[in-house]
Amino acid sequence: MPEFVLPEVIDDFLFTYQNLVYSLGIHGLLALSMYVVLAVGQLSLGQAAFMGLGAYASALLTLKLGWSLPAALAGAMLIPAAAALIIGSPTLRLSGVYLALATIGLGEVQRLAFVNSDFTGGALGLSGIPTKAGLVSIYGSLLVALVLLVLVARSKIGRAMEAMREDELAAGALGINLPAYKLGALVASAMLAGLAGGLNAHVSSFISPNDYGFDAAVTILSFALLGGLGSPFAPILGAVILTLLPEVLRSLANYRGLVSGSIIVIAVMFMPRGLLIWRMGRIGVSSRRPS
Amino acid sequence: MLAQQLLNGLVVGSTYALFALGFTLMFGVLGVINLVYGFYLSLGAFIALFATQAGLSIWLALPAAALTTGVIAVVLDGLLLTPLRKAKAPELSSLMVTLGGTLFLYSLANLLFSTDIRRFPVGVVDATAYDIAGMRVSMTQLLIMGAVVVMVSALLFVMRGTRLGLGLRAMAERPDTAELMGVDSASLVRLVSLICGTLAGACGVLIGLNYNAIQPYMGEVMMLKGFAVIILGGLGDIRGALIGGLLIGMLETLTAGYIASTWKDAVGFVVLVLTLWIRPSGLFGRLAAKRA
Repeated sequence: MPEFVLPEVIDDFLFTYQNLVYSLGIHGLLALSMYVVLAVGQLSLGQAAFMGLGAYASALLTLKLGWSLPAALAGAMLIPAAAALIIGSPTLRLSGVYLALATIGLGEVQRLAFVNSDFTGGALGLSGIPTKAGLVSIYGSLLVALVLLVLVARSKIGRAMEAMREDELAAGALGINLPAYKLGALVASAMLAGLAGGLNAHVSSFISPNDYGFDAAVTILSFALLGGLGSPFAPILGAVILTLLPEVLRSLANYRGLVSGSIIVIAVMFMPRGLLIWRMGRIGVSSRRPS
Repeated sequence: MLAQQLLNGLVVGSTYALFALGFTLMFGVLGVINLVYGFYLSLGAFIALFATQAGLSIWLALPAAALTTGVIAVVLDGLLLTPLRKAKAPELSSLMVTLGGTLFLYSLANLLFSTDIRRFPVGVVDATAYDIAGMRVSMTQLLIMGAVVVMVSALLFVMRGTRLGLGLRAMAERPDTAELMGVDSASLVRLVSLICGTLAGACGVLIGLNYNAIQPYMGEVMMLKGFAVIILGGLGDIRGALIGGLLIGMLETLTAGYIASTWKDAVGFVVLVLTLWIRPSGLFGRLAAKRA
């Protein structure tokens, strides 16, 4: 990756808040990965597990095989995608609860596997991962993902996804291939989460099997639910707020679980459309339409 | 050796069956996956722990803890799920609300009680073990199996032999029609929450006794086994929950005995994924109704 020379003020700021700036970008990617699944009306609780798979895959590829960062990140996307296919193909033909239940299980069994295998460093996790990722790779990935998702949301595919979310039966009757869209969305979301995990492993240099459990999965869900699903920008807004909140209010840091838990409850019960309710239009169609 | 393993598996499996029974009943009648259900298990264990520490005998503490948990379950269901039920919100919204509620409640319990493992006072259950046909059976194991048999028979009697059970089964089949036939669905919803909370609370006490280890997240571990059991048995199917629970309990014990104890917690997930691939409706489920 080419290094840009940054003005001194920004350089100082980055030095102080480096970790925060990195985690904003990584959480943004995770929020997008959650958005992709929720956008087709499904609920996956495996985003943290996919992130963990990506983190371990990329870390092992660089540590054991000496792969370069882009190659390792490609691995971080493909391996979670394979896991998504295995879990998703049987469950997505059934009603939505099956995917939710199976993906909660995935997170737990994966933790068990990482803890009990010497190859993945056991309970201690992996350390000494080269810190090759940085501002450019994180925000570059976020930008590319965002642009792709905006293009998808404004296309025919985006309309189909929205139709599925609002009324699956009607969407199916209109000829939308429901299982294909759902599986595609799950695989894409696993790739995004895996990418976020890979980037995270390569900025923090240390990963542990306990970072990708149930709490992490629920926190990722709270990003998307707080922001909303009107456009890909909404979940990123949610991620930014929920990442900055504990930094601004230091006293909240010990109560993260309470905060994300209540946000989910409040968001689902009282503001099902999230904070950013603006909905994106479609290319070639005037924005005049009944809301 | 094998007989002893199977017996231990039967004890563990009967706690799984009890736990899954409430979970599947909730899904069958109320039509929601209530993730707070696992927390009820921790709650029941903690209430019984404090009660026995205060000097109550386990014979009183067990039913008291179970019923208190049941009442709390009714309150939580009223707070979290009744508004969504009234708004006829989609299935997954109720799942998400209970997910947020679960995270909130576990975090709260963690702040209040910390994750230290606590134990029942010494001698809360007579420590003698009996020798039956060459197998060692402890008093705790007898208590567990006895309690499970009593509760399961009571539940089956209510479901199959009373007007109340008829109403519940009607609600599970077609909620709107049941209401037209004069079933008071609001009070049945509360009753189901009470029954399920009681089952989970009792199960928490029994599991706490079996391993003599109580900590806030014990319910979360059980939830994963609960998912596996109800998917293996078929979502909403009572018979399936019983047989699935016993099967998974025995498989786990055999895995721990003959393969490696670290892998026993993976058994549930492997069974879950295999069931979804081979027979997604589970052992007894009706597939057509649940296809998306």
